[in-house]
Amino acid sequence: MRFLVRRLGFLLIALWAALTVNFFIPRLMPGNPAEAILAQFRGRLNPSSLKAIEVALGIGKHQNLLASYFEYLRNTLTGNFGVSTSYFPVPVTSVISRALPWSLGLVGISTVLGFLFGTALGAIAAWRRGGWLDNVLPPSFIVVSAFPYFWVGLLSIWLFSLTLNWFPTLGGYTETVTPTLTWGFVGDVLWHAVLPAFTILLTSIGGWILTMRNNMITVVAEDYVKMARAKGLRPRRILWQYAGRNALLPNLTGFAMSLGFVISGAILVEFVFNYPGVGFLLLQAVSAEDYPLMQALFLLITVAVLVAIFLSDVATALLDPRTRSTR
Amino acid sequence: MSWDKIRRRLSAGGRFLLRDKKALVGSIILLVLIVISAFPSWFTPDDPTAEIYNPGAGLSWAHPLGTTSFGQDVFSQLMAGTRQSVMIALVVGLISTVLSVVVGITAAYSGGVVDDVLSLITDVILVIPTFPLIIVIAAYTKSASFWTIVFVLVVTGWSYGARQLRVQALSLRNRDYLLAARARGESSWYIIGVELIPPMTSLIVANFLGAALYAVLAAAGLQFVGLGNVNTQSWGTMLYWAQNNEALSAGLPLWALAPGVMIAVLGSALALLNYAFDEVSNPALRPVSKRQRRKVAL
Repeated sequence: MRFLVRRLGFLLIALWAALTVNFFIPRLMPGNPAEAILAQFRGRLNPSSLKAIEVALGIGKHQNLLASYFEYLRNTLTGNFGVSTSYFPVPVTSVISRALPWSLGLVGISTVLGFLFGTALGAIAAWRRGGWLDNVLPPSFIVVSAFPYFWVGLLSIWLFSLTLNWFPTLGGYTETVTPTLTWGFVGDVLWHAVLPAFTILLTSIGGWILTMRNNMITVVAEDYVKMARAKGLRPRRILWQYAGRNALLPNLTGFAMSLGFVISGAILVEFVFNYPGVGFLLLQAVSAEDYPLMQALFLLITVAVLVAIFLSDVATALLDPRTRSTR
Repeated sequence: MSWDKIRRRLSAGGRFLLRDKKALVGSIILLVLIVISAFPSWFTPDDPTAEIYNPGAGLSWAHPLGTTSFGQDVFSQLMAGTRQSVMIALVVGLISTVLSVVVGITAAYSGGVVDDVLSLITDVILVIPTFPLIIVIAAYTKSASFWTIVFVLVVTGWSYGARQLRVQALSLRNRDYLLAARARGESSWYIIGVELIPPMTSLIVANFLGAALYAVLAAAGLQFVGLGNVNTQSWGTMLYWAQNNEALSAGLPLWALAPGVMIAVLGSALALLNYAFDEVSNPALRPVSKRQRRKVAL
């Protein structure tokens, strides 16, 4: 319990740091580019949403820094991000809520699958040390992990979509179909998700394989594993319930640290596939100079990562009795 | 350090390179790319920016990788773009590593409140997703220059190494030979510089390679989405122009795929070297020989 409270405290500090960075970035930039963009909306917006944008971007010169900092914090915590300038006059929150399910589905599922498959493959490779899996997997995934995510996406579009015509090139669903909750539409969505999910899976799985393999090599050499062998336990039982369980613990912490990298890659994958998720929206906001939307998205992605880290902490606490002991 | 000692170190390094296939392949690739980036004109038969050729041409002897839809030679652009990626890798790798070493070792060596504060900062930067942050910063600066990209990549890229180095330094801190140096009354600078850092060399090198790899991939991603300076020569900006002109569906796949291959080649070289150095600092990871394998199977 104490472990989780400490981790929660740390994640709250991280969230505060992200909020503060977000607040100061536009203020530290020379020439305040946001001001020019906002000028055209003055008069078309109602005063309160204009004010919220001004506070978020640091344009309102009518109050001191500290006061606007606290107003910004209050606005952000109550979900008042103002109005999107590129989807004018739709509020930022509703623009984001349209994109969020797409990203949660695509990135969430492919990240979890990558973690599970990668961890299992890494454990097996280390278990059969020197076997063909152990000889083939590490070098090939060292190379694959050095590929840019978006380039793997381009390659798979060219190969599977343009050349072989197996999968659609772009988007989250067929544009001519109206989104309804039918099997046909769900199938269409899954059909469109195959290539982007494959891209994220292929480029992120290598990290899990390598770290799990390396943890496992250390754990397998431990005395209690030898003891389990000596007792004549079935190898499969030793692999998963004795060695694998303990080798997984550092990997769960690693999950927290690598998540940022996976999310970063996923942003570019969504961009390549025009996938209607949060990452694609972020880059659209950048090219449309929609600063309120951009900043809200950065915060949203940060919160998502922090929540995922907390979940992996909870899993660690459940699996590792040492974290539960009160010191 | 005497000359003799330096020579011994160097020959040990040479032997390591020859013995470890991953390290050998990685360093050969890296060396070739460094030569290309130092003397790009030796490798570019055509002016990389000239838009004078048949646009959208396929493979030929004159244009081994075809031309772009602007009529530029793809191969020449690839060679000319090498410099920026290699430079970003080396510069960001170097500065981040220095920062990681300073923060990580200061935290471990000082302990107490200094350690708490530095570790907290390191961990916070580690968990905040950096790429969206880089995108936001680059969006405000508009077409980030080389040094802007270096700056944001260093700021976001040093924390992983600092954390690893701190853990390593902590485990060394109370070894007898360090206590002995302290008992002899050596200065902190001597202890850190001569006793603490040398045993950590392989980890520091591995961190340099990891930071360089991160820089190559992140910079390419930034330039690909158009947040770099799109008028410079680099693999990332080539990808940007290819994507903007729908090179894939226009039947010019090499224009879009070749720069990615180059990024992947540079990245793989760094990753292979990185892994080889990991095996140096953790002998358990080294490939097992046939004889050892039999022992393990037992």
